[in-house]
Amino acid sequence: MKRRLQLFLPLAIFLGLCLMFYVALFRDNPGELPSALLDQPLPTFELATVKNPDRTVTRESLLGEVALINVWATWCPACRVEHPYLVDLANKGIPIYGVNYKDDQPEARKWLKTLHDPYRFSINDKSGSLGIDLGVYGAPETYLIDHQGVIRYKHVGIVDANVWKNDLEPRFRHLKEKALKATANNHEEEAI
Amino acid sequence: MVAEAGLLALIIALCLSLLLSIFPLVGSYTGNIRLMNQARSLSWGLFAFVGFSFLCLVWAFITDDFSVDYVARHSNSLLPVQYKVSATWGGHEGSLLLWVLILVGWMAMVALKSYRLPPELSARVLSVMGMITVGFLLFTLLTSNPFNRILPFPPEDGADLNPLLQDFGLIVHPPMLYMGYVGFAVAFAFAIAALLGGQLDTAWARWARPWTTVAWVFLTLGISLGSWWAYYELGWGGWWFWDPVENASLMPWLVGTALIHSLAVTEKRGLFKSWTLLLAIFTFSLSLLGTFLVRSGVLTSVHAFANDPERGVFILFYLMIVVGASLTLFALRAPEVRSRISFSMASRETLLLVNNILLTASAATVLLGTLFPLLLESLDMGMISVGPPYFNFVFVPMAMLLAFALGFGVLLNWKNGSVKWLISQTRWIFLVSIIGGLGFSLFYGESFLISEVLAMALVLWIVLTMIRDILNKTQNIRAKNGLMEALTRLKPAYYGMHLAHLGLAVTIVGVAITSGYSSQRDLRMAPGDRVTLGEYQFRFDGVRLQPGPNYTSEYGSVTVYENGRQIAVLHPEKRVYTAQQMPMTEASIDPGLTRDIYVALGEPLGDDGSWALRLHIKPFVRWIWLGSIFMGLGGVVAISDRRYRMKVRQKVSALRPSGNEGVASA
Repeated sequence: MKRRLQLFLPLAIFLGLCLMFYVALFRDNPGELPSALLDQPLPTFELATVKNPDRTVTRESLLGEVALINVWATWCPACRVEHPYLVDLANKGIPIYGVNYKDDQPEARKWLKTLHDPYRFSINDKSGSLGIDLGVYGAPETYLIDHQGVIRYKHVGIVDANVWKNDLEPRFRHLKEKALKATANNHEEEAI
Repeated sequence: MVAEAGLLALIIALCLSLLLSIFPLVGSYTGNIRLMNQARSLSWGLFAFVGFSFLCLVWAFITDDFSVDYVARHSNSLLPVQYKVSATWGGHEGSLLLWVLILVGWMAMVALKSYRLPPELSARVLSVMGMITVGFLLFTLLTSNPFNRILPFPPEDGADLNPLLQDFGLIVHPPMLYMGYVGFAVAFAFAIAALLGGQLDTAWARWARPWTTVAWVFLTLGISLGSWWAYYELGWGGWWFWDPVENASLMPWLVGTALIHSLAVTEKRGLFKSWTLLLAIFTFSLSLLGTFLVRSGVLTSVHAFANDPERGVFILFYLMIVVGASLTLFALRAPEVRSRISFSMASRETLLLVNNILLTASAATVLLGTLFPLLLESLDMGMISVGPPYFNFVFVPMAMLLAFALGFGVLLNWKNGSVKWLISQTRWIFLVSIIGGLGFSLFYGESFLISEVLAMALVLWIVLTMIRDILNKTQNIRAKNGLMEALTRLKPAYYGMHLAHLGLAVTIVGVAITSGYSSQRDLRMAPGDRVTLGEYQFRFDGVRLQPGPNYTSEYGSVTVYENGRQIAVLHPEKRVYTAQQMPMTEASIDPGLTRDIYVALGEPLGDDGSWALRLHIKPFVRWIWLGSIFMGLGGVVAISDRRYRMKVRQKVSALRPSGNEGVASA
């Protein structure tokens, strides 16, 4: 009888796995920003940059323009795939900031040197603390922030031409127009 | 109209598969031979209808019918025609249809060969495959219909196939891979049929063996094609990334390899019966799991198809029904008694047990590494990513142990053997291998690497034990009739085994030397600049614009010299595909048996025509894939063994009264 019970072991393990998959499927859809973070201001932080470890950047360094924040790492093959497209976007003048997530610093510097650096700067998030505050699920992820540093959208996975055209660019343009109007209003108020 | 015909054919196929999963099975229990025989015609009908439906989709692609949503999303009128055909499986819906087509294709083949099986068994096997088909057809029709129209306003042109997929490797990689994945459904169906019938003798193993081997050959070639594609297409010279989807194909391969070995033990010695059944279930379950992981979007990966939670839920439930039911059946019906057949410590059985443990353990570590991030996440313990360091750390040592065990395994005979004999056989080989490995690493390349010593020693170990075994097996005849005669008397299955093992050795050579001794430089070059890397000189001849059929290309030229002699002109490209404005790097490679020269274009720098260039020399990289061709060949040679055709002949001779007996009675 004991042997017969042992034969149920594979089934038990499998059902455990299924439970896990089920939970994973019904967590907040990873493709969308959890509602808790949507329209919230960026978390505060004080971290070094990848290229220059002596330079410290903070939340304020990201403000002023509608921009993308791209979470990347050298251990992530998908980041390799999206990298050339990010370089392309940067060449078109889209401001992109990097968050180098739980990565090896010499490797990351080598990556930026050999594959080109699309980022205004990359924040060194070695411990992953900024990642936790941002609600990072994994790399690559790309956040869209407005000129005041409010998170407006999040994309999980590779950014390619399709994602840019369909998901990111319309929102980017919309936010940019809003930012322009806001500054124009400010000027008017000042004038009055 | 064609798209509607395709959809209709798919619906008819669903009805046929429902009939197939019920009636022959009922017939096999009630002893109704007519119901059982329905299985064959139903299988062929299924194949015909799914095949027709697939052709309809191909037709929609070739004729640029952009009112079909799937075609509009994955094709473009400018796309070259071979890619229009391959775009059929370039997205989720179409690749799913290809998966179903291959499944029913295997089923039709089984039906064709089923005349030599007992009728109950063939009816049950086909019924089980029919049930698998029901699930996949429902999945296609309910969540992923490739024939959906965009009406009344179809787009004028399509969005184009992802440029990454516009490539020869990607035309053949998915069909090969699916042939492998789905082929394991046959072994699975045999195992389930054996469990259903309660006939758990070794017969099912003998029947399932050639099918499993063929599926394994396809999977081997499919994985290796994928790796080759990543190497030349993704543009940074890597060939394996431990990406979740790569892992999803590696796991069934590892367990499938274990299955091939354990089927041998079950067939020949009647041992490991329950274990082999379990492995057959695992192998196919892991193929299904791979499908789930790729298509549900639970993991982020380079390969991710457009994900949709609805699909994820469907596959998960499907997975639960198929795997859950099989494992329950296994738990209820698997032979409980421990086999009474004994074998000694130093026997082939023991070594094959070691092989099975190592292969399943390595599959388990890959599974753990792939799912660990998910596990932590579902327990709300934060997010981590498991990268190559983990996999290399746990996987490589196990692969090395496996290669070491292999040497003993091929030398030992079934059942009996002594440790003393084994030591006397291998001590010199062992010594020579170590010295050879040390020697190699001392003289080859610039640095001494302990990992290279180990790897090359193992390669020598595999090859030398193999030669030793061939000498042992031919000993008697060799003395009498000479070596050639002795060699021709060995069976194809035996050669197949050695060929596949040789393939492993060849792959290890490739992996070890490429990982240890590749050299690479990233540099800025202006037209006319020269640079030396290893024993090669490179001259950059600039970049010009060149239009392609559906892209424009910045077309670079690099001339390569060896000792002042020109050996190659390479043309790395950067393409921008018109429809999606997507940039793509096309590396240019001068292939060679002992080294690849690999050049990729980076970014333009400055106005003087300078570019960033990436130059690689990759020694022996081709051996990685060459090895898998050997493995595949090994599999093909093994199933050509006439042993698998004997069943028919025995039947024929049983029908004919034997001449000798006639003489004796006369």
